[in-house]
Amino acid sequence: MSTSLENAVVEVCASVGNDPSRLMDVARDIQARFGCVSAEAIDGIHKHLGVSRPTVRSLVSFYSFLSEEPKGRIVIRVCDDPVDRLFGYERVQKAFSDELGIPIGGTTPDGAFTLERTACIGMSDHAPAALVNETPVTDLSTDKAREIVAELRAHMSPERLVKKLGDGNNAHPLVRSMVKNHIRKAGPIVLVEHRHREATRKAAAMSPNEVIRAVKAARLRGRGGAGFPTGIKWEMARAAPGPRKFLVCNADEGEPGTFKDRVLLTEFPDRVFAGMTIAGYAIGAKEGILYLRAEYAYLRQFLEDVLARRRAEGFLGKSIAARHSFDFDIRIQMGAGAYVCGEESALLNSCEGLRGDPRNRPPFPAQKGYLGFPTIVNNVETLACVTRILDAGPATFSEYGSKQSAGSKLLSISGDVGMVGVYEVPFGVTLREVLELADGRETQAVQIGGPSGRMVGPADFDRTICYDDLATGGAMVVFGPDRNPIEIARMYMEFFEDESCGFCTPCRVGNGLLRRGLDKVLAGRGEPSDLAQFEEVARTMKATSRCGLGQTSFNPVLSTLTSFRPLFDSLVKEDPKKFRRSFDLEASTQEAARIRTGGAR
Amino acid sequence: MSKPRIATTSLCGCFGCHMSLLDIDERILTLAQLVEFDKSPINDHKDFTARCAVGLIEGGCANAENVHVLRRFREQCDILVSVGDCATMGGIPALRNMIPLEECLREAYVDGPSVFNPEGRIPDDPEIPLLLDKVYPAQEVVRIDYHIPGCPPSADTLWKTLTALLGGTSAELPYELIKYD
Ligand SMILES: Cc1cc2nc3c(=O)[nH]c(=O)nc-3n(C[C@H](O)[C@H](O)[C@H](O)COP(=O)(O)O)c2cc1C
Ligand code: SF4
Ligand code: SF4
Repeated sequence: MSTSLENAVVEVCASVGNDPSRLMDVARDIQARFGCVSAEAIDGIHKHLGVSRPTVRSLVSFYSFLSEEPKGRIVIRVCDDPVDRLFGYERVQKAFSDELGIPIGGTTPDGAFTLERTACIGMSDHAPAALVNETPVTDLSTDKAREIVAELRAHMSPERLVKKLGDGNNAHPLVRSMVKNHIRKAGPIVLVEHRHREATRKAAAMSPNEVIRAVKAARLRGRGGAGFPTGIKWEMARAAPGPRKFLVCNADEGEPGTFKDRVLLTEFPDRVFAGMTIAGYAIGAKEGILYLRAEYAYLRQFLEDVLARRRAEGFLGKSIAARHSFDFDIRIQMGAGAYVCGEESALLNSCEGLRGDPRNRPPFPAQKGYLGFPTIVNNVETLACVTRILDAGPATFSEYGSKQSAGSKLLSISGDVGMVGVYEVPFGVTLREVLELADGRETQAVQIGGPSGRMVGPADFDRTICYDDLATGGAMVVFGPDRNPIEIARMYMEFFEDESCGFCTPCRVGNGLLRRGLDKVLAGRGEPSDLAQFEEVARTMKATSRCGLGQTSFNPVLSTLTSFRPLFDSLVKEDPKKFRRSFDLEASTQEAARIRTGGAR
Repeated sequence: MSKPRIATTSLCGCFGCHMSLLDIDERILTLAQLVEFDKSPINDHKDFTARCAVGLIEGGCANAENVHVLRRFREQCDILVSVGDCATMGGIPALRNMIPLEECLREAYVDGPSVFNPEGRIPDDPEIPLLLDKVYPAQEVVRIDYHIPGCPPSADTLWKTLTALLGGTSAELPYELIKYD
């Protein structure tokens, strides 16, 4: 091993106290310094951290931001998500590709650039967008892509691509990003002034059980998608025996089309950190982790700075708000590019320096989570709500929204609307009202709740956004009259096919089967029995997948089928001879014919 | 009433499924009373003589001829049954689906350690049916009405399925007959 690599490995391992559970940080650091975690580096990490080579290698192969093969000094990751595709992903990607002279997945011979496609980077309001190393570049065009490459060639520093700073904290010296918040509608619950210091002090004056009671009285439910009552979850963790407990904030925000947590972390990090601190106090956790997706690395320094300030102010560390034994601190754990790590048990594995495979449950994280200790994982928005509940009282919170779903919901609206951005709406609002707010005209379809949510058509626009009707983690992607809903469903299935961790066959294979089925239908080679098969595959996936990904990822297909049945029916046909219309004898013998005649490929 | 006709074929299979059918032992006499065999390797009839009630398919499709035969079965039979894992899922032959076709052929005819082929020629007689790019399970080429798993399905499984089909009832297959681990 070269001495510089050896020294770096020793140094990086030492920086995490040679703690094997910090393997993720070690791998990320080596990747950043050397452009890869090479076989040699894996060997070194094995020696110094004491984890087996296969463990390191499987971690490196799992995360898309880590690689054994060397990548360019600058990695351009073009966001390939349905919204970006609608707004010119293909063109932009081709411009990068032409300008750099490499295809997607390629690295320039001089080792300067690597070009990749990546799943949603949380910039659907800025589509098409890309990441240049850690710097998001937004609202791209082919011209901009070419300019970016020319500029990078001249100075090789992605930060200098940022000319015009975004609004609010996007312009903060530690962020300096061109991203805009796009806050379009602030409601009275989350996007309103919070007295986070006040909230923390109030909590400190209460007993932990009283804090839990307040959260229950507010009827707060998780904002991350599953909608579990927060107070009940906290109670479980509080009751679970354990010498240490943990509170984790889930800032993985990987559901395509979601970006509201990005905005919360940019503008209101104190509310989120105060919420974590209060939650930690309630469940008896002294340690907190913010799991920040790799795509949001540009916010990291800024967030570290906020944490440092909070420590200095006495809102993190020992005896918070002068209450004896109210101790709590937060560290930031960076992800490395894997959607499934948003699933809470996969997230915990990732925090422990393992592959982001979901775990079996029970045991639930509240009983046995991070490093085996009782752990609560909450979404960014949920924790911001906690701060509000403590600040304004449970009644203010529960009186807003609908009967069953208290409070407000942040929606990230993107796609074919006049005003993309973040909207805070009361639960119980109809989809039609939301579309009017966002200036969606002639809307044909709305993907609500992200890809694993539902695709609905105009017949459903009077339904309401709440836990009991159209539940959502916050993504709302709007499609105009010219879009093909089946094509969109296909894109979402491609996403799940890529992002399935591969552990369970029904999910690994099922997503691919559904995607191929849609391919057939779109090519005009589908049969009615294909549609019936969608339902059958979905049933198996739902019943036999291990985690929420496989249990819901068929939803784009099923809900599109329900909402746009006539479109499907118009594309599928029975063959009178009962031959498969998807089988093409000519095409499937082409290669053999070429080999026989010795022709070139 | 004339006896129902039954046809069978082995496409890209090993004939193991047909052997299993013969394994019904003396019940073959009962079967002969119940049905008339049409095109089948069992009686060596090369082509259909009349429309059949049931066609049993062993093996998936690996070449153009398999496709023609299978399509002919679809046209000539009321009910088609995929028998065994090759027909239902591609089976062992489908292992080649991971490897580009040219590589497969070169390994088999040119590069393989036990190959003697000084000319290095891959068989190219026009009489040889063209291989498909992949091995396809029968149901990806034509619609299949029933699938019987197993490699091969046991004689009892085949017997029970056939008699049920002919009797117009649904086959009761006890767990032991369809458990394969
Ligand atoms: C595949 C998958 C991805 C998920 N991604 C996220 C995510 O990015 N952010 C999030 O808060 N929750 C996500 N969740 C839900 C979490 O598992 C968990 O329910 C949530 O973080 C709990 O927080 P809450 O109760 O505050 O909503 C995801 C779930 C699945 C199955
Ligand atoms: S359902 Fe999918 S993502 Fe979840 S554990 Fe299984 S294979 Fe992995
Ligand atoms: S299923 Fe088994 S026995 Fe039947 S043809 Fe295939 S390999 Fe032979």
